[in-house]
Amino acid sequence: MRNSTKIAAVAVATLAGASTATAGTLEDVRAAGELACGVSEGVPGFSNPNSDGLWEGLDADICRAVAAAVLGDSNAVRFVPLASKQKVLAVSSGQVDMTSRTTTWTMKRDSAEGVDFTAVVFYDGQGFMTSAAAGISSATELNEATVCLTTGTTTELNLADFARANGLTLEPVVFEGKREAVEAYASGRCDALTTDSSQLAAFRAGFADPSEHTILPDVISKEPLAPLVAHGDNQWKDIVTWVVYGLITAEELGVTQANVADVAANSGNPAVQRMLGASGDTGGFIGLETSWMVDVLSAVGNYGEIYDRNLTSTLGLERGVNAQWTEGGLLYAMPIR
Amino acid sequence: MNTTKRNPKSGFSLESLGSLILQVGVLFAVLGVAYLLFANTQKNLEIRGIESGFAFLWHEAGLPIGDSLIDYDPSRGYGYAFLVGVLNTLLVSALAIVLSTILGIVVGVSRVSNNWLLAKCATVYIETLRNLPLLLTLFFVYTVVLASLPHPREAIAIAEGYYISKRGIYLPRPLAEDGFAVFAAASIVALGLAFAFWRWAGAYKLRTGRSVHGFWGGLVILGTLCALSFLATDRPIGSEMPVYKGFNFKGGLALKPEFAALLIGLMLYTAAFIGENVRSGIQSVHAGQIEAANALGVSQGVVTRIVLLPQALRVTIPATTNDYASLVKNSSLAVAIGYPDMVSIGGTIIGQNGQAIEIIAMWMAVYLTINLVISLAMNVLNARVQIVER
Repeated sequence: MRNSTKIAAVAVATLAGASTATAGTLEDVRAAGELACGVSEGVPGFSNPNSDGLWEGLDADICRAVAAAVLGDSNAVRFVPLASKQKVLAVSSGQVDMTSRTTTWTMKRDSAEGVDFTAVVFYDGQGFMTSAAAGISSATELNEATVCLTTGTTTELNLADFARANGLTLEPVVFEGKREAVEAYASGRCDALTTDSSQLAAFRAGFADPSEHTILPDVISKEPLAPLVAHGDNQWKDIVTWVVYGLITAEELGVTQANVADVAANSGNPAVQRMLGASGDTGGFIGLETSWMVDVLSAVGNYGEIYDRNLTSTLGLERGVNAQWTEGGLLYAMPIR
Repeated sequence: MNTTKRNPKSGFSLESLGSLILQVGVLFAVLGVAYLLFANTQKNLEIRGIESGFAFLWHEAGLPIGDSLIDYDPSRGYGYAFLVGVLNTLLVSALAIVLSTILGIVVGVSRVSNNWLLAKCATVYIETLRNLPLLLTLFFVYTVVLASLPHPREAIAIAEGYYISKRGIYLPRPLAEDGFAVFAAASIVALGLAFAFWRWAGAYKLRTGRSVHGFWGGLVILGTLCALSFLATDRPIGSEMPVYKGFNFKGGLALKPEFAALLIGLMLYTAAFIGENVRSGIQSVHAGQIEAANALGVSQGVVTRIVLLPQALRVTIPATTNDYASLVKNSSLAVAIGYPDMVSIGGTIIGQNGQAIEIIAMWMAVYLTINLVISLAMNVLNARVQIVER
């Protein structure tokens, strides 16, 4: 008797589990009243908890922007720290609504792993950091060196490709977490640390004496980092995509956190009027409020402000290729109309 | 009971029919739930466009692996990369089982020793290691002990070719030179002769009652013959010395710090549990038996071998089987300190490939197989040491 009760309970739970998967993410997020957003376990400048336990960084602010657009409250975010190898799985299985976690846009992930990429928030490239004392000026001089890195990322594949292409023998020491990899490098276990250049800069800034470490000039890969959503929910993908485009467009049009209310009421620029809902209803296209971009910008500011707050002022990272296309960079948001 | 005895042929009654129907029903319910889970997973995978099946095992892996027992390069398939991980798991588990057993026996015997200092040291060791999470022990060994060793440039040189540094322990690698085949053949013959002598000595003692030192005699035969053939073939075993070049030592045998930390951590942790098994085994033997044997004037060694051990092992072996199984499972903590075991490499494959269900099934299959084999071997051993009741 007890057995059959248990089995019935399991069967019901399985059926219930099967049926919840079909609702749209937008409805799920609204019903939950919060956005479950996957972030890293701690990468300074991108997503890192501060001393008060608040998540800071560019990736964390993208989560806040989406929450502001969808729920009108940038604090309605539940940050879920994910290890590298979980980041794709957590989205495809519905554990989180999206991830904003320094994830490289690749064909395989986009097509065969059950996730969709939205819009690039940061153009990165993989580099190497070595101790200045080693006196190396190029990554091609790293033959026979030991290299620390983290698992479950494109980093491993790029390293292997780079070694094969240049005929180098590299000894990899692969860690689960970024912190362990950085510590192992700092303790001298490895001759070099490899990951995205922006993160190398962040880690270097965190060392007791940054001048003891050099970031080599070689960039061995393209790493377009973009937020992820589950494959198959087009409306949700549109929302995340256009929130990112909105942040970039706002910088292009000069709308900031400080002036957004004023501009929304008084701007004569039709592009600004459309984006901020003064004319037309761009929010309605993606199932959101008319004031969606006003909510986003008054909560987190535009892309330039987010970048400056998290990367330039704290880590000294210049805009580089992540400048607007009008400034010779790669940021080119699709028109909001 | 009685009804079946009365009607042994028919075996049919309303009661047993009811129970049969219930059992068939439960079986179908279980199978139904399993099918439901399977179908639901398949449907969700299809909706999200995730590949399934094991075809990916033959796709190029492209991932670098630092420590491999077999020739590996990134152009090999995912399946081959996974195999590298399985072999690494097997290697570290096997070595850790041997070492933790040795250390465990030493600790367990020390714990019941009459020597006060030795007994207390063993107690402190067991209580500390047993009550700390293994992950902490691993981190301690890896980041505190091994990382505090010097850089390879200033490696500690114990002797020519033996170096210790934070990049690992380097030893000369033995190489087969000319005449190695002859030497190997001679050694095998010597081993055979030594074994034959040992068997003969045992039989001789049974027949005549006179004692010949079979073990030591065999050892002398083995040693003499091996030494003679070694000299006759003029140094059949050479060595490849590790040399510091560029960034690291090259050549020789290398014991990487990740491997060493995992091995040491597993050994220290499991030895504490095995030590307790050994202690409980020893204490389960009634003191009166030992006293009786002593009173008969039997020597201490014989008391240990003939009276104490066979009875202590009965208690020790089943408990130790559990600890071996735990050790194998605990080896998956390797991922925290960067040793490429099966879980670490499988995790990487999930990250590259997204096929988590297949990889998790493979992990489960491998751990299950390893532990079933260990269990089987230990059960055979257990059956052999059980007291035969007459």
